[in-house]
Amino acid sequence: MSFLRRRKGSDPPKKSEPSDEIPTDKIEPEDDDDKEKKRRRPDEEKKKAKWSCVDTCCWFIGLICSTWWLLLFIYNAMPASFPQYVTEAITGPMPDPPGVKLHKEGLSAKHPVVFVPGIVTGGLELWEGHQCADGLFRKRLWGGSFGEIYKRPLCWVEHLSLDNETGLDPSGIRVRPVTGLVAADYFAPGYFVWAVLIANLARIGYEEKTMYMAAYDWRLAFQNTEVRDQTLSRIKSNIELMVTTNNGKKVVVIPHSMGVLYFLHFMKWVEAPAPMGGGGGPNWCAQHIKAIMNIGGPFLGVPKAISGLFSSEAKDVAVARAIAPGVLDNDLFGIQTLKHVMRMTRTWDSTMSMIPKGGDTIWGGLDWSPEEGYECIYKKQKNNHSQVEAATEMEKVGSRPSRAKYGRIISFGKDVAETHSSEIERIEFRDAVKGNYMAHSNVSCGDVWTEYNEMGWGGITAVADYKVYTAGSVLDLLHFVAPRMMQRGDAHFSYGVADNLDDPKYEHYKYWSNPLETKLPNAPDMEIYSMYGVGIPTERSYVYKVSSSTECFIPFQIDTSAEGGNEDSCLQGGVYSVNGDETVPVLSAGFMCAKGWRGKTRFNPSGIPTYIREYDHAPPANFLEGRGTQSGAHVDIMGNFALIEDILRVAAGATGEDLGGDQVHSDIFKWSEKINLKL
Amino acid sequence: MAPVLRFRRMCVEPVKFSLGVGAEALINSNNKDQHLSSAAAAADLSSRDGKKERRKAGKEWRCVDWCCWMIGCTCTTWWLLLLLFNSLPASLPGFPLPEPPGVKLKREGLKPLHPVVLIPGIVTGGLELWEGRPCADGLFRKRLWAGSFTEIFKRPLCWLEHMSLDNETGLDPPGIRVRAVPGLVAADYFAPGYFVWAVLIENLARIGYEGKNMHMTAYDWRLSFQNTEVRDQSLSRLKSKIELMVKTNNNKRVVVVPHSMGVLYFLHFLKWVEAPPPIGGGGGPGWCAKHIKAIMNIGPTFLGVPKVVSGIFSAEAKDVAFARAMAPGVLDYDILGLQTLEHVMRVVRTWDSIMSLLPKGGEAIWGNLDWSPEEGYNCDTMKKHLKGSLREEFGPTNSSDGKLGFRVEETVHYGRLISFGKTASQLPSSELLTVNYEELSQAGAARKTKSSCGEIWTEYDEIDRESIRAVAEKKVYTARTILDLLRFVAPKTMRRADAHFSHGIADNLDEPKYSHYKYWSNPLETKLPDAPDMEIYSLYGVGIPTERSYVYKLSPSDRCKSIPFRIDSSADGSDSGCLKSGVYFVDGDESVPVLSAGFMCAKGWRGRTRFNPSGMATFVREYRHKPPANLLEGRGLESGAHVDIMGNVALIEDIMRVAAGATGIELGGDRIYSDILKMSERIKIRL
Repeated sequence: MSFLRRRKGSDPPKKSEPSDEIPTDKIEPEDDDDKEKKRRRPDEEKKKAKWSCVDTCCWFIGLICSTWWLLLFIYNAMPASFPQYVTEAITGPMPDPPGVKLHKEGLSAKHPVVFVPGIVTGGLELWEGHQCADGLFRKRLWGGSFGEIYKRPLCWVEHLSLDNETGLDPSGIRVRPVTGLVAADYFAPGYFVWAVLIANLARIGYEEKTMYMAAYDWRLAFQNTEVRDQTLSRIKSNIELMVTTNNGKKVVVIPHSMGVLYFLHFMKWVEAPAPMGGGGGPNWCAQHIKAIMNIGGPFLGVPKAISGLFSSEAKDVAVARAIAPGVLDNDLFGIQTLKHVMRMTRTWDSTMSMIPKGGDTIWGGLDWSPEEGYECIYKKQKNNHSQVEAATEMEKVGSRPSRAKYGRIISFGKDVAETHSSEIERIEFRDAVKGNYMAHSNVSCGDVWTEYNEMGWGGITAVADYKVYTAGSVLDLLHFVAPRMMQRGDAHFSYGVADNLDDPKYEHYKYWSNPLETKLPNAPDMEIYSMYGVGIPTERSYVYKVSSSTECFIPFQIDTSAEGGNEDSCLQGGVYSVNGDETVPVLSAGFMCAKGWRGKTRFNPSGIPTYIREYDHAPPANFLEGRGTQSGAHVDIMGNFALIEDILRVAAGATGEDLGGDQVHSDIFKWSEKINLKL
Repeated sequence: MAPVLRFRRMCVEPVKFSLGVGAEALINSNNKDQHLSSAAAAADLSSRDGKKERRKAGKEWRCVDWCCWMIGCTCTTWWLLLLLFNSLPASLPGFPLPEPPGVKLKREGLKPLHPVVLIPGIVTGGLELWEGRPCADGLFRKRLWAGSFTEIFKRPLCWLEHMSLDNETGLDPPGIRVRAVPGLVAADYFAPGYFVWAVLIENLARIGYEGKNMHMTAYDWRLSFQNTEVRDQSLSRLKSKIELMVKTNNNKRVVVVPHSMGVLYFLHFLKWVEAPPPIGGGGGPGWCAKHIKAIMNIGPTFLGVPKVVSGIFSAEAKDVAFARAMAPGVLDYDILGLQTLEHVMRVVRTWDSIMSLLPKGGEAIWGNLDWSPEEGYNCDTMKKHLKGSLREEFGPTNSSDGKLGFRVEETVHYGRLISFGKTASQLPSSELLTVNYEELSQAGAARKTKSSCGEIWTEYDEIDRESIRAVAEKKVYTARTILDLLRFVAPKTMRRADAHFSHGIADNLDEPKYSHYKYWSNPLETKLPDAPDMEIYSLYGVGIPTERSYVYKLSPSDRCKSIPFRIDSSADGSDSGCLKSGVYFVDGDESVPVLSAGFMCAKGWRGRTRFNPSGMATFVREYRHKPPANLLEGRGLESGAHVDIMGNVALIEDIMRVAAGATGIELGGDRIYSDILKMSERIKIRL
């Protein structure tokens, strides 16, 4: 203490220190006086003032950077098993991943595995582009980090759009699917799609030579993937190669989401004669495919697709929304963003493959639907109630006045959605004059083009006056509001139910992806699984309103003010929901395997065995679990341990019977019964 | 200057203030006393303010703060520059980038016609982990080879363990599965920013190529060629891919573009695909004629590379030049002393594919004690390049082989691939001891094993010092005897190699033994397929000194874990000589000597020979090396170096023209700068 006092007290030594150290810093040579001190101080103050803001910023940034690097370093230096250790310390020991568990059981790779990714999840990369996309050669435009959306949004939209007439590449732009397992293992960094399944398969000995990702451009109509990229031929050749190089073991195909329809198309294509088909002959499927394990398959379409095409508000692009909510929902451009999205998605023919199929027969009419009486209480739903219980509950619900009329896929106004059909006044819209006063305003709407601009007010009111649309009439609606798009759609897809499957017209490729208009191949040893999550409210029908804003916007909007009243109602924010996996209603995912193809039917002439495997949704228990190991959601189900285990067992040689046959939590069998379809 | 000074000051000054709060309070009161006594009230006020600020500053702006400040500044500036760089237009108006060949040819109207198959060479292809030991946790499907190589630094031993193959079988060690990365990403970039195939791919894409008519053959380049089929069915996959591409592209035959060792791999494939199953692909005798239009070999290693000899012998080769260039620290670092090299040697010796690159054809091709096809080569490459037409002038002196006696000091005995001591490499053969090389291989069989050498295993540990000395006493090894030497020092490796590769010259190609797969990758022991319409190109760089033979010495260290031989880097020739730090150089592309790259197309297969019974056309296209003119050019647009040539504009243009339908004659036939024709003439083998 005294030393310090002395040292500070005696001036000369103290002053000499700084002057020694900073000889050139404009500080006067040593004075014995305090004057020196006074002169120096303002000097210093000035310097301090200079540092103030910028320096603090720099300091702050530096601090953050250093801390970040330090953390990063520690994270990197940490043993890889550390996070798992922490998780186990908190939540108790985790179950072994299915791969490890089954490896211990002695399972090993047997049948080669083919993945067919769905819509949206596959990566797309640029091969040729316009000026604005310079430097993006072979960079991912879709999937990955999506950095380009933020950097050059219009350029991005331009490159991802297809030609509105042909549904193929616009001139000067080539965007192609990424190939290999990387195409869809992760959708974005850290957001797995197939990665978990791949990792688990690898544990029992699978590798690149026994796993194949059938990547295709999911924007194109299915037949166009063959026309442009020969994708179907490649899949055929790869499957043949895998079968020959694996001692003739047939492949297990695992399509997900829209990949299910794509693979249906493939199976018809491969046996059809060239040039339209692959010329594989009538036994190709029987010789090459052991099982098809459809995950979350929208066999009969998804109602979401309609709202998506109608007003681009669907959560069909749910993944994209989840990843980049800012882009789609941002109000920076108002609904212009949505309009851009609409313009882009309407050029994607593949979205039309998911329009509900089978019309009123499957999806219900004005006053009837297979799911009616469904109670939207998801907590209860999770308990395994028996048939009897469910039946009594149904009666109970039946007596309720606010029973959801799911058959009305689009209704204008909540009251319309609920009243009985005899009380609704409907005005035919199909012949309505679209009017053309908006044709002039085309220019004022800028370059954002949607077909709504050509429709006119008359058309819009006509649409709204028809009030209620069922699965059948909704097609007419889409024809009315988006004629060009539906023209392409009609050339590639069909949505009906076949009366006579032997009609020669059904040889056309547009029927191939509709399970209600095709026969399954002649392959009695093949197995078809339908695996999907249940227990999540899923969009089923919509309450719409006419948008109040000016003509440059999309004229229809989901009426988010329409609420069902109490919490348990199926109507939330203008959307009636039903049991499903968040995207695909149970009806669409399960019907074909539960009834349409069960046994020997006209859709399944060779009697291929079918199995339904439902996985009850359980949200992740805590934050550390990530997206959960028991999830039933459309994409997250790919990380569901039970599902992965089923797939691994089948890939290692088990049959559906070995797995335990059907595993049903929902009312799918009851609902299927209600559907009156000639089999 | 100023910031540095400030920094110094701030770092030193705060020491006074960092003595603690108590001390500061004291200082404060102390100062106060002083000022009360000496200055006016106004001055006092201002000084007090100053003091407060200063005190604050003292608390905040310490050394750490200054570090933070510096880092912050640097980061901000860096980000700002990055932002500017990103918002920069692709080509500055001042520096117009040279037009890529793809753009030029697109304007000429070229369109994709023939599908293209790319076959990467050794080292350049990526490898990823599919199953590993616990130490490699979290690396599932991450690249172990190529990419960022971070794992080398993080867990070097684990990395080496996973990169090794089993030393007995040459296949996976138990519990480890490392597999080739598939797709174009396998070898487009070796490391971020270091292109291999990327430039070629981009240019092909400009005239319309894309995934469906461009295929990258991914194979595990560590395995022997036949083993890639046994383990991964790589050859079957390649066959199926080619068939598919031909079928989906209107029956247009493929143009194959192999690079480096990929050339040998594809030679193997040519034989494999037509051979009957089970060892072959069963494509039948017309398969190549039906599916292949042209093979455009880039930097081909047809007859092997001398580098590999030193690589296997003492792990000093620059065969792994790439790896060295990318991670010099790992290989040359002295922290572990030569241990690193030994680790590398241990790993490399398990890679059977390396053995495919040993010089083939023995003394007939590579020269013997007194003679070599390249002798008389003038190593003053610069001079030679300035006067390209000088070739004629060299002619007379070189052709008179017998009269070279008067230049004996300058004549390099390239035939002596390894000599112990500089003198041994220069003596006329009559003064060398005549020795029986057979002894070596016999000695190899009867030697003792030592087990004292710890965990680092190289086969040198099993050889006792006397035999090592015996090796050195033999003084000189040629391309023939070098094989005996290697069999002696690395018996296990060579045992596997002999099962998969052969390095001789066939006397009678119709002998049934040549249907064995081990001969398929040696162009001197196989016939080309019967495909008279096919074309074979040899495209390679010239004008870079390339390792050809070595001067060795015994390693001074006697430690048991060390490699007993080393290149004698003190051996230097005269200024213009071919000998530099223990290595004799010759013309080539830095890895492959001209002789190996060009001989087959210049002579061995030229016309209708016994190696090329159907007389398919061959073309030699040489590209003279020109280092990049400035920094903007990166690795050069006219480079001739083994890998950098993949960015050579002229080469890319040639490939694109052929892919778009041109023939070799339309390209202009041969294009030769080196002495390859003359060298080939001197090689006397029966054709």
